[in-house]
Amino acid sequence: MYKIVRKRELASNIFEADVLAPRVANSAQPGQFVIVVADETGERIPLTICDYDKEEGTVNIVVQRMGCSTKKMDALEEGDYLKDFVGPLGRPSDFVHEDIEELKKKNILFVAGGVGTAPVYPQAKWLHERGVNVDIILGAQTKDLVILEDKLGSVAENLYVCTDDGSYGFKGMVTHMLEELVENRGKHYDLVISIGPMIMMKFVALMTEKLGIKTIVSLNPIMVDGTGMCGACRVTVGNETKFACVDGPEFDGHLVDFDEALRRQTQYKAEETKIDERFEEECRAQGGAN
Amino acid sequence: MSRSKFERVPIAEQDPKVRATNFDEVCLGYTEEEAIEEAKRCIQCKHHPCIGGCPVDIDIPRFIHHIAEGEFEEAAHVLAEYTALPAVCGRVCPQEDQCEVVCVRGIRGDAVAIGKLERFAADWARANNIELGQTKEKNGFKVAVIGSGPAGITCAGELAKEGYDVTIFEALHEPGGVLVYGIPEFRLPTDEVVKHEIGNLEKLGVKIETNVVVGKTITIDELLNDEGFHAIFIGSGAGLPIFMGIPGENLNGVFSANEYLTRNNLMKAFRDDYDTPIKAGDKVAVIGGGNVAMDAARTALRLGAETWIVYRRTEKELPARVEEVHHAKTEGIKFEFLTSPVEILGDEDGWVRAIRCQRMELGEPDESGRRRPIPIEGSEFEFDVDTVIMALGTSPNPLIPSTTEGLDVNEWQCVIADDEGQTSKEGVFAGGDVVTGSATVILAMGAGKKAAAGIDKYIKEKYGEKSHA
Ligand SMILES: Cc1cc2nc3c(=O)[nH]c(=O)nc-3n(C[C@H](O)[C@H](O)[C@H](O)COP(=O)(O)OP(=O)(O)OC[C@H]3O[C@@H](n4cnc5c(N)ncnc54)[C@H](O)[C@@H]3O)c2cc1C
Ligand SMILES: Cc1cc2nc3c(=O)[nH]c(=O)nc-3n(C[C@H](O)[C@H](O)[C@H](O)COP(=O)(O)OP(=O)(O)OC[C@H]3O[C@@H](n4cnc5c(N)ncnc54)[C@H](O)[C@@H]3O)c2cc1C
Ligand code: SF4
Ligand code: SF4
Ligand code: FES
Repeated sequence: MYKIVRKRELASNIFEADVLAPRVANSAQPGQFVIVVADETGERIPLTICDYDKEEGTVNIVVQRMGCSTKKMDALEEGDYLKDFVGPLGRPSDFVHEDIEELKKKNILFVAGGVGTAPVYPQAKWLHERGVNVDIILGAQTKDLVILEDKLGSVAENLYVCTDDGSYGFKGMVTHMLEELVENRGKHYDLVISIGPMIMMKFVALMTEKLGIKTIVSLNPIMVDGTGMCGACRVTVGNETKFACVDGPEFDGHLVDFDEALRRQTQYKAEETKIDERFEEECRAQGGAN
Repeated sequence: MSRSKFERVPIAEQDPKVRATNFDEVCLGYTEEEAIEEAKRCIQCKHHPCIGGCPVDIDIPRFIHHIAEGEFEEAAHVLAEYTALPAVCGRVCPQEDQCEVVCVRGIRGDAVAIGKLERFAADWARANNIELGQTKEKNGFKVAVIGSGPAGITCAGELAKEGYDVTIFEALHEPGGVLVYGIPEFRLPTDEVVKHEIGNLEKLGVKIETNVVVGKTITIDELLNDEGFHAIFIGSGAGLPIFMGIPGENLNGVFSANEYLTRNNLMKAFRDDYDTPIKAGDKVAVIGGGNVAMDAARTALRLGAETWIVYRRTEKELPARVEEVHHAKTEGIKFEFLTSPVEILGDEDGWVRAIRCQRMELGEPDESGRRRPIPIEGSEFEFDVDTVIMALGTSPNPLIPSTTEGLDVNEWQCVIADDEGQTSKEGVFAGGDVVTGSATVILAMGAGKKAAAGIDKYIKEKYGEKSHA
């Protein structure tokens, strides 16, 4: 059992939690994820490690309410326990193994969208702490959904916020912001790291291909075990089948078959909807206990 | 009694029509009277070839003799001397190729139902709460066991009985390995049988830490250097699914048997009150012919699908257990023999709509001694299905070797270990599927047992009889 030490709302449908999991905290590196099971009947769902405190033994996760499993997690309070919490899974970001002096020479830009904003933080922080400067584009649909602005601001050289509806920051999508920076504001980047909804990463990769910038994306396909045992997470990268949980989750964005990845993400849609409806019904039956 | 001594006492099973719609156990086991009657068919022959057929050398005539005398508790004690999982092996061991194939009774008539009797004795002991474990005084040495499948369970149990302080590290959230994530309820009930046997292990003092992926959460070197373990046993199995590498394999509706079975068994997707989804499919083709293929097909059938097994050789070469093939057939699974997929075809939305298959004929025997299937030219045809399950086998996960300095593997990614389980790295032993590639429960147990002896010898030679830490 893994205790939820702290929990906080970040936006109307996003919350963060610090979970006591000393073994995970001790081995975690930027780019990795955990698999969480909320309770006895719960499913295994992957969540990115957004921060970790080796001393306290806690791991920070940021979760967007989607269906049954994320709602179940949200129903838990500080002091409650998650049934299972396993990790760190996946390969750490490539830059972790690179020479710091080489990294310092590079202009790195993170492009974050939606709940993908959270996993950018440990990466940008890791680089920042080692004296590597990074810029960050943070995108959200609307002002209320902009999360972690302060945190990201504290580790970025430049933070560019944009909203689809223009309610805050630059009006437009992250791809527009990216294009604006490179084409009109004379910015030069050697590496783009993009994390967010699959569809966003697809368009970022298309844009950077046009702009000629190497791009890393963090894929989030459906997973079960997260250790290479089931193949649910298969993605095609450079015409080869990869298991995102062990070969990734980060890949060269210009080699990923995004259309296949988007299609595979919807594989259990009908079943998930049914499970979510059952969950909502149970909650109502309990008089909306939560 | 009217039955001839040449015939085996029949065993009760759920009716095929009924069981095709539920996940309850197929075989219901012997009653006490039936067990005694069957046990009496053993002629207690002097040279008892059956023992040689059992990979863990169970004293078969001795435990059967006790059953024949109605001494069921004694029978269970005999089994406990040799095996930690009698209720499991009695159910899933390929008895027909091991202990039973050499039984003297089999020369004229049916072999003694050794497996079914083993199961009976183990079930009886469980139902009657018989305590079987005895441990020696603690010796202060710590051993880490990685993986809680049959190899890990056996190794941990043996060492705990010898007085070692044993901790099992398991990647998944439930212990049991293939016994819980792979083999379905209708062959091996998890709660009743597997959980009980794991409970026995905990009674011996074995600690189990789930949710620890060795190689990720912690490495072998950290276990040895930082956590003070004197030796390690790797029993991490062969869990990596193999795909065919044909076009269309990443279409929606193509699953590995591991995914399908894990969702259903470990995650209990067949139950309405569990959250994990499964795509049951309406028309399901399972590719392969081993136990895994049978289990996946029979699971799909129970979830309501019309199901085929597609196998490139003939019925004679099916690697699955005869009993399981028979069960599958009577439940309504259909077989397409001498058939191999060449491409999976999708509809405009990217879901499976058919498989393009090729007919095969059998040529000369290959290295495995089985006749090699050869494609028949111009025989291609389309086979309409909406779901394809790949059950082509598995190989060991490279996670541990790739994160452990000095641990050698062979060209199939199997960890190299000698007869006592010793690997290329000092203090690190291995056994079971991770060494042999996917094999059987009883072979994994045998390897776990030998490695326990190897570890005992290694530690005592190096550190003496007791730890002075
Ligand atoms: C490597 C990785 C890292 C992730 N990190 C985060 C994170 O930091 N924060 C966050 O909020 N979300 C993250 N996700 C997505 C998160 O796992 C899903 O939102 C969650 O599983 C939804 O479950 P549900 O039952 O609430 O919703 P459902 O109604 O079951 O599903 C909603 C959608 O979520 C996706 N999904 C469902 N089940 C899974 C599954 N088992 N694995 C992956 N995706 C699934 C599907 O696209 C589905 O259509 C990550 C996914 C991956 C693969
Ligand atoms: C569907 C199916 C049906 C089968 N039917 C039969 C049958 O009828 N009869 C028969 O005799 N055999 C059968 N087998 C084969 C048999 O189950 C295996 O040979 C046996 O389970 C191997 O035991 P093991 O202990 O080596 O490995 P496993 O049972 O595979 O256990 C390995 C364990 O190690 C864990 N692990 C892996 N990596 C790590 C890591 N890095 N850190 C921590 N833990 C880790 C895994 O999660 C798993 O729990 C079947 C197999 C399958 C898949
Ligand atoms: S363990 Fe298997 S081989 Fe040995 S006696 Fe039992 S059924 Fe036969
Ligand atoms: S070979 Fe058959 S008959 Fe002989 S001892 Fe073994 S089980 Fe009994
Ligand atoms: S999630 Fe199962 S193999 Fe990647």
